[in-house]
Amino acid sequence: MKRSGRGPWPYLFLTPAMVLFTLFLAVPIGYTVYLATRRTKVSGLGLGKGARREVFVGFDNFAAALADTELWRGWLRVLGYGALVLVVMLGLALLFALLLDSARVRLARFSRIAIFLPYAVPGVAATLLWGFLYLPSLSPIRDVLDVDFLGATTVTYSMANVAVWGGVGFNMLVLYTTLRAIPRDLYEAARLDGASELQIALRVKIPILAPAIVLTTVFSIIATIQVFTEPTTLRPLTNTISSTWSPLMKVYRDAFVTGDLYSAAATSIVIAAISLVLSFGFLRVVRHHAFREG
Amino acid sequence: MRANRLGAALAVALTATLASCGSGEPAQSPEAATGRPASSAAQGPVKLTYWTWAPNMDKIVKVWNEAHPDIQVTVSKQAGGDDAAAKFLTAAKAGNPPDLVQAEYQHLPSFIAADAVADLKAETAAIKGEFSEGLWRLVTLGTDAVYGVPQDSGPMMLFYRKDLFDKYGIAVPKTWQEYGDAARAVRKKDPKVYLGTFSSKDPGAFTGLAQQAGAQWWSISGDSWKVAIADEPTRKVADYWGALVKEGAIDDMPYFTPEWNKALNDGKLLTWPSAVWAPGVLSSNAPKAKGKWAVAPLPQWNAGESYSGFWGGSSTAVSAKTPNKAAAARFATWLNTDPAAIDLLVKEAAIYPAATKAQSALGQAPDYFSNQPDFWQQAAAVSAGARGFTFGPNVGVTYNAFKDGFDKALQNGTPFADAVQGMQDATVADMRKSGFTIAS
Repeated sequence: MKRSGRGPWPYLFLTPAMVLFTLFLAVPIGYTVYLATRRTKVSGLGLGKGARREVFVGFDNFAAALADTELWRGWLRVLGYGALVLVVMLGLALLFALLLDSARVRLARFSRIAIFLPYAVPGVAATLLWGFLYLPSLSPIRDVLDVDFLGATTVTYSMANVAVWGGVGFNMLVLYTTLRAIPRDLYEAARLDGASELQIALRVKIPILAPAIVLTTVFSIIATIQVFTEPTTLRPLTNTISSTWSPLMKVYRDAFVTGDLYSAAATSIVIAAISLVLSFGFLRVVRHHAFREG
Repeated sequence: MRANRLGAALAVALTATLASCGSGEPAQSPEAATGRPASSAAQGPVKLTYWTWAPNMDKIVKVWNEAHPDIQVTVSKQAGGDDAAAKFLTAAKAGNPPDLVQAEYQHLPSFIAADAVADLKAETAAIKGEFSEGLWRLVTLGTDAVYGVPQDSGPMMLFYRKDLFDKYGIAVPKTWQEYGDAARAVRKKDPKVYLGTFSSKDPGAFTGLAQQAGAQWWSISGDSWKVAIADEPTRKVADYWGALVKEGAIDDMPYFTPEWNKALNDGKLLTWPSAVWAPGVLSSNAPKAKGKWAVAPLPQWNAGESYSGFWGGSSTAVSAKTPNKAAAARFATWLNTDPAAIDLLVKEAAIYPAATKAQSALGQAPDYFSNQPDFWQQAAAVSAGARGFTFGPNVGVTYNAFKDGFDKALQNGTPFADAVQGMQDATVADMRKSGFTIAS
């Protein structure tokens, strides 16, 4: 490619992306930051015209969000839930990908689709589906197994189960696609050296898969931090999930249930900052191993 | 290099998806954009949009539109409940609210506090007498202003399975004391069946029960609010239900869940202290039990009394930002006081009208209650003894504190009175934070 004399073309091609980016990402983020520094101030009864005005409060909302114990308890709950989901979901995804890729598997096509299919079910539908399976008087599982799926501790596992069920397929597909791209002669070479299928998987496939594993992990970390659909959909069915179970649920509650857009904006910025730190922190830790570069 | 370009392509794709997600979300339905300039009223009909979730409202509005070519109303069907209130407040803040909105009584004060609804004092002076004083207070908050026209009301009654009451040999409880005894008796007769359940998801129901006991959660005195959610009547109601749940005499499953539907259908729940609109819910959620339910007044705290409370009920409010306030007020007045309109509201939207005259004119019982021909007479009698209170400006906070507090109480077996105190504390803290003047 010629590097000089490109003229205005690159910018022209960039314009649509930049316009969309500005309109739908930069401006809303800017507005959120603006809202986060404000608050309504009411005087007297707060009824009628002019009784309520918006004032600048600086970092008050952020300070309140950071000092909110309920928010941190939410983080703890999500951390436990996330650890569970990440390990089980990615573990299963890797296992399935390796199994499907191994030479001896039967019904590969069918299994692949069967594992992937739950990913195509929208989160709300999947959660409702599982919700019905969890409810004591409706669940066919409860007929055989006497477990309260919606109890105070079990409910976390029940939600993690929904997330794993829906997420394994997608992650498996990412890993599986990467596996299929590995040149077959690598395995042949390994076999000539006397490696078993298991050894090939552990010593050849997984190291080559490392970047893809990192990618799926980052995606999954971000997704679990933002967990909202599962607890929100299950909440009407049980009294073990509070309106502030996860940090995002608290944002939703503040903004739309208790009508405090301002602290919701501040909290969502705090959440964004934490997810950035977590995902980039993870990348930093593993980059060296996964990509063999600085 | 390649990776970078890929990244850029991904970013474009992502933004495009985000953009398309974004455009589907906001309330900028084509109807919302039509409630335009007042100055152009001379040039064509005034166009109004109306957010409501009452069933078949479009049919009722059609009647108005045919009779009033100069004021054309478009119905935009909403989901209802707390979500609808949140959506209206958001739209009002964003500057594109509808001209008219269905406002539940408990949410009206938040609308007023957000300066989202107009004062209709002048426009409604003539119709004040059509409504009972209690209902009128709900749209004035006891102030001089009028913020909506009452549409329907939800006096609470006791719905019960007549066939199963006979089967288990239980008399219809006249007092809450008797209700508790009956609950225990049912458990003894059949351990799979409960007389009732306490729902930690329905603050509206609890509010109504507290009103029946004489609670006054909010009131206005002079220029300050008084908040007394943990008052004596409310604590009495909370302790009563808490004790019944704790000893296992009644269940703790929430209302309006698939499980609750099943229990109603299977005859595993024998009563539902609910509001006059319950037949609609029962007929869709428990179709199998049609004709088996009957209605009685709520059990009383003291024998011989005849009090009730309200669960739900709403008014028609006019948006503060509408350029066509007069036209909107005319429609709201017609809808809720014109005999023909009320007749349609009852038949098509299945509401219990707020207008006093209309309440006594109701004839045939709801289909689901065809076994109880005096259904509406019962309702009118109960309605006369129903008492409400002024709702505060942050009911959303209070109701959310109810759900979280009672969820926790049911889960941990802690006293219900603590949850009530939690509601009081959360409400007061939120009002203080906003700067409301609170009398202590």
